[in-house]
Amino acid sequence: MFKRVIEFEGPVLGVVINGRECSVPASFTAAAAMLASEDGATRETPISGAPRAPYCMMGVCFECLLEIDGVPNQQGCLVPVAAGMRINRQRGARTV
Amino acid sequence: MKLTADAIVIGGGLVASAVAYGLTRLGLKPVMLDEGDVAYRASRGNFALVWTQSKGPGVPEYQQWSRLSSDKWSELAAELQSETGVDCGHRRNGGIHVCLSEDELAKRTQVVEQLRAEAPPGRYRAQMISRAEMLKLLPAFGPDVVGGAYCPDDGTVNPLFSLRALQRAFSARGGRYFCDSRVSSIAAAPRAFTVETASRSISAPRLVLAAGLGNKPLGEQVGLNVPVRPVRGQIIVTERLKPVLEYPTTYIRQTVEGGILIGESREEAGFDDTLNHTVSQTLAARAIRTFPFLKQVGVVRTWAGLRVMSPDVYPIYEQSSAYPGAFVCTCHSGVTLGAAHAFEYAKAVVDGHLPEKLGRFSSRRFDVQARH
Ligand SMILES: Cc1cc2nc3c(=O)[nH]c(=O)nc-3n(C[C@H](O)[C@H](O)[C@H](O)COP(=O)(O)OP(=O)(O)OC[C@H]3O[C@@H](n4cnc5c(N)ncnc54)[C@H](O)[C@@H]3O)c2cc1C
Ligand code: FES
Repeated sequence: MFKRVIEFEGPVLGVVINGRECSVPASFTAAAAMLASEDGATRETPISGAPRAPYCMMGVCFECLLEIDGVPNQQGCLVPVAAGMRINRQRGARTV
Repeated sequence: MKLTADAIVIGGGLVASAVAYGLTRLGLKPVMLDEGDVAYRASRGNFALVWTQSKGPGVPEYQQWSRLSSDKWSELAAELQSETGVDCGHRRNGGIHVCLSEDELAKRTQVVEQLRAEAPPGRYRAQMISRAEMLKLLPAFGPDVVGGAYCPDDGTVNPLFSLRALQRAFSARGGRYFCDSRVSSIAAAPRAFTVETASRSISAPRLVLAAGLGNKPLGEQVGLNVPVRPVRGQIIVTERLKPVLEYPTTYIRQTVEGGILIGESREEAGFDDTLNHTVSQTLAARAIRTFPFLKQVGVVRTWAGLRVMSPDVYPIYEQSSAYPGAFVCTCHSGVTLGAAHAFEYAKAVVDGHLPEKLGRFSSRRFDVQARH
């Protein structure tokens, strides 16, 4: 969906996005990694299930909710990637 | 700009909006003047219970007034929905009070029994229930919950949608709402009032003070004694979850949208609505004892709001004797009392006198001479 305007040259690391192994710049956040690797929506809203994707990328709008290393509803734009991190779409409301 | 109207309502929270909407139902076209976001505005930050089970031990008039409002909330919500399309989120499945110790249980039993004794037969419907019965209602209760009370007459609304619905219905019926319109002064004569804001001068034969904590200085200008003070309350909101809490409890509930609200602290902090995180810790710790699953749930927001409190906690309803036509309407449970204000208080303003059943809430009770 997105086209890169700059190519990253720094270090990269491996993460698992929606079950698929990907290599992303080490300076990325989980939300950026998701946008760079996947097309389309990154979450479904809790009430209507509408598709959404990261928006503000600065911690304000909560549109970037992801399941990161098994913990649901994390604000992906505030979480730097780490080697082996498992990043999944957030599907609707969390169950407890 | 000079304007005239049938009535002026000062305020723009749930109390003002309910009364103002009620006035439009009776054919008036009032002006509502609301200070703005710089003001203290409990209506925008509360826990939104429509609650009866604990209201007014020793003051049966208050128990009855709260129940009347709770009984009429469904009618109000339905009416607002049909007039505006806005759903107030009113739910009345019953509500639970949680006890975490034998001592709390004993104290609550006393309150419930007193309220039952002070109500007309059969009208007070809360019951003390055992831990086993609590678990049947909400299996998520933790091991520290020893029992509690359940009342089928209790419920909740969404306070922001309710406010929006009231204000929209008010405008649709010909009322005029002005925001960023702090009233700086009132010129009063019997049944003739002129209020000043920065950009307008508005005259009307009726005036309702419903400005929350702003009522005290406004009241002084029309001969009304309104000794309200701020009492700070904090709320914690969690991430949205699939439905887990079918019933609200006094301090913890799940919204229709899925977030869990944890609230109901009380603190004397003056006009300071910043957070005290010692209080947040106490709230969170108690919440986790009540529902242990909350331990793994993330918090997305917390805030503090200022309750509008009278010296004896009960509402203040009064018409000025120096300047008839000027009324004050203020209380600490403006969500619960929304329907009573829309349907009954508004009628009293139009009738020109408060009904006898509201006599208990006259501000004359605070006069030094009235004591003893
Ligand atoms: C944390 C918390 C939890 C609560 N939980 C519940 C609950 O569960 N159930 C319940 O029933 N109640 C609850 N309440 C109480 C409830 O929120 C209040 O009773 C209610 O909102 C009061 O409404 P109000 O319109 O009187 O005041 P406010 O909402 O404070 O509004 C006052 C309005 O007056 C305006 N104003 C002030 N001065 C002037 C002026 N000079 N000129 C023009 N406008 C002016 C302001 O702009 C403001 O909009 C809670 C309150 C808090 C803080
Ligand atoms: S994208 Fe807005 S909070 Fe993360």
